[in-house]
Amino acid sequence: MRPCLRVTSAILVFAGWAIVADAGQAAQAAAGTAVPAPTNDDCLACHSDRSLKRADDTPLTVDATVLGGSIHASLSCTDCHQDLAAAELPHADTLAPADCRSCHDEPQASYARGVHAQSRARDAGRSLAASCASCHGTHDIKPASDPASKTHPQHLVATCAACHGNPDVIARGHIAIGDVATPYHDSIHGRARERSGLVVAPSCVDCHSSHAILPKADADSPVHAARVPTTCGTCHAGILHQYDAGIHATALRSGNPAAPQCATCHTAHTIQRTDSEPWKLDVTGECGTCHAQVVDSFRRTFHGKVTQLGFGRVAACADCHGAHDVQPATNPASTIATANLVATCGRCHDGANASFVEYDPHPDPSNYARSPVLWWVNRLYTVLIAGCFGFFALHSGLWFFRSTRERRGRHGGPAA
Amino acid sequence: MTVQTSGRHVRRFDRKARLLHVVLMTCFLGLAATGLPLLFSEEGWGRALALLFGGFRGAGVVHRILGATLLAAMIGHVVDVLWRALVKGERGLFWGPTSMVPQPRDITDLIGQVRWFVGRGPQPRFEHFTYWEKFDYWAVLWGTALMGVAGLILWFPVAASRVLPGWSFNLALFVHGAEATLAIGFIFVVHFFNGHLRPGKFPMDLVIFTGTVSEAELRHERRGEFDRLMAAGGVEPLMVAPPASDTIRRGRLIGTAGLSIGIALIVLIIYAVLRQSLA
Repeated sequence: MRPCLRVTSAILVFAGWAIVADAGQAAQAAAGTAVPAPTNDDCLACHSDRSLKRADDTPLTVDATVLGGSIHASLSCTDCHQDLAAAELPHADTLAPADCRSCHDEPQASYARGVHAQSRARDAGRSLAASCASCHGTHDIKPASDPASKTHPQHLVATCAACHGNPDVIARGHIAIGDVATPYHDSIHGRARERSGLVVAPSCVDCHSSHAILPKADADSPVHAARVPTTCGTCHAGILHQYDAGIHATALRSGNPAAPQCATCHTAHTIQRTDSEPWKLDVTGECGTCHAQVVDSFRRTFHGKVTQLGFGRVAACADCHGAHDVQPATNPASTIATANLVATCGRCHDGANASFVEYDPHPDPSNYARSPVLWWVNRLYTVLIAGCFGFFALHSGLWFFRSTRERRGRHGGPAA
Repeated sequence: MTVQTSGRHVRRFDRKARLLHVVLMTCFLGLAATGLPLLFSEEGWGRALALLFGGFRGAGVVHRILGATLLAAMIGHVVDVLWRALVKGERGLFWGPTSMVPQPRDITDLIGQVRWFVGRGPQPRFEHFTYWEKFDYWAVLWGTALMGVAGLILWFPVAASRVLPGWSFNLALFVHGAEATLAIGFIFVVHFFNGHLRPGKFPMDLVIFTGTVSEAELRHERRGEFDRLMAAGGVEPLMVAPPASDTIRRGRLIGTAGLSIGIALIVLIIYAVLRQSLA
């Protein structure tokens, strides 16, 4: 093709486009709108270019295949990028963020109440807190039921862990609880999901909910102390039933802020198998955070000493008191009610009888009222041990002094 | 430590007494090592010591075996003494210069010894058993009986509950622990010093392992006994051959092992007591 011909054809194409465009604009003007909304093809005409980048080098490419595979495949670009509906192409550098509210008003309203939205509202522009896109993605967005989705149960923990297991984000975002992803991976729930592939085991959203993630201090939060039992009870319904009957539930219901709920003993993100020895031994210390004196006195017993040594095959708190349905001795249904003691002790001590259960599992030798005999024997031994060691310390000390003096005298000069 | 392998030696402990001491010290050291983990369960070394015996179950099994052995040995000893006194008609077991039973002489000896300590007189002329040796003996006998009874209650609580109230287990555990503290502290400090570590005996007195004492040592340490024997016709009837070098070597080995274990345990206890009182 000769150069003159190429120029001519270019002019012709331009003229043709100008006429068509002009006609379109005229038609739009006639209909009362400025510009027709660009079609997806119009957008992709530029955004499929893999070299398309912002000034700061971040890519602006939209992969048509990815978009086509997303749940939003049938939407127009301008359904989300609404400010483009009336924009002239090429459009301005900075666009309004895609607004999910236009369709997803309920999730958006829930999200607005949550910690992530609150943080973003407080710290506009600089907050690292998750937006819709952080969890759901952007052009690749898929329904949670799709195994490839970031919010599918298989991937959800990793999605949250991208921030909540990332030391950099935790530090920069001042996330008070710190890394919760790492302990979760090792917890019974994390192992169930990740090692045993149990998708019914809870991931983050099962306890925290997905959009309205409220701080635990918020009374509406599913992880607020008063609501934790109900939250756990969604799956552990049988345990919730037991717990509800116990003294701890009564205390919790009465508004006692120190009353233990599930997470107090089991923790939130580090939940261990309760049939494991380390857990059984650790939880005794947990009981001691409230019942300090009772655990102290337990530590004076054979049971307490053996468990302290790290061996769990003897009675610790829950073995006698029960775990979830723990009741005070004054309750006739309690495992430690006088009438039930023989049965309770008898679970380990085959043949236990009424005399056997006169044993005090929480002795205190310094408490005269609790046991005068023990108090007196304690006194007796204090005197005996102090007297014996005191006498012989003096006796041996003097002996040592005299012997060395005599020997020095014998070896070095006339005897003393 | 000077052990004479030549010269004139006198019999002090017969085979039975020496055997009793070895059984006693073996059981005592083992009972201490397996029991201390419970007494000091809050210490890291408590758990380590228990693990040495295969955990608390292993330590418990060893503790019960040694406890039963010690109790049997002590019952055997008491039966033997009674047999010697009542059946064989041996004299001087319950009273007199060779008896273990405390005598008025022991009080005057104690006073004399203290006067000697402070430089106000000569050392008393001790008889066959000194007052501190008698204290050792009765402390062990009494302690074993008490520890044995308490231990059996704790070992068989259900059986014990048929004759005793349940609070006796509390008492038994307390007494077992307190008496153990007393016994361990006494043996590993006082007995070790009086019997082995004091100047003149350091690092150990082998008489309990060899069974013999030189005539010179007898004259020097137990002048009362020596004079009594001489007055009764000399020490010749008690004369024995000096201990063989094998006997001495074996004695040193057993003695060193016993002293080392005991001192190691008392160091751990002192460390724990200091750590806890400073914490």
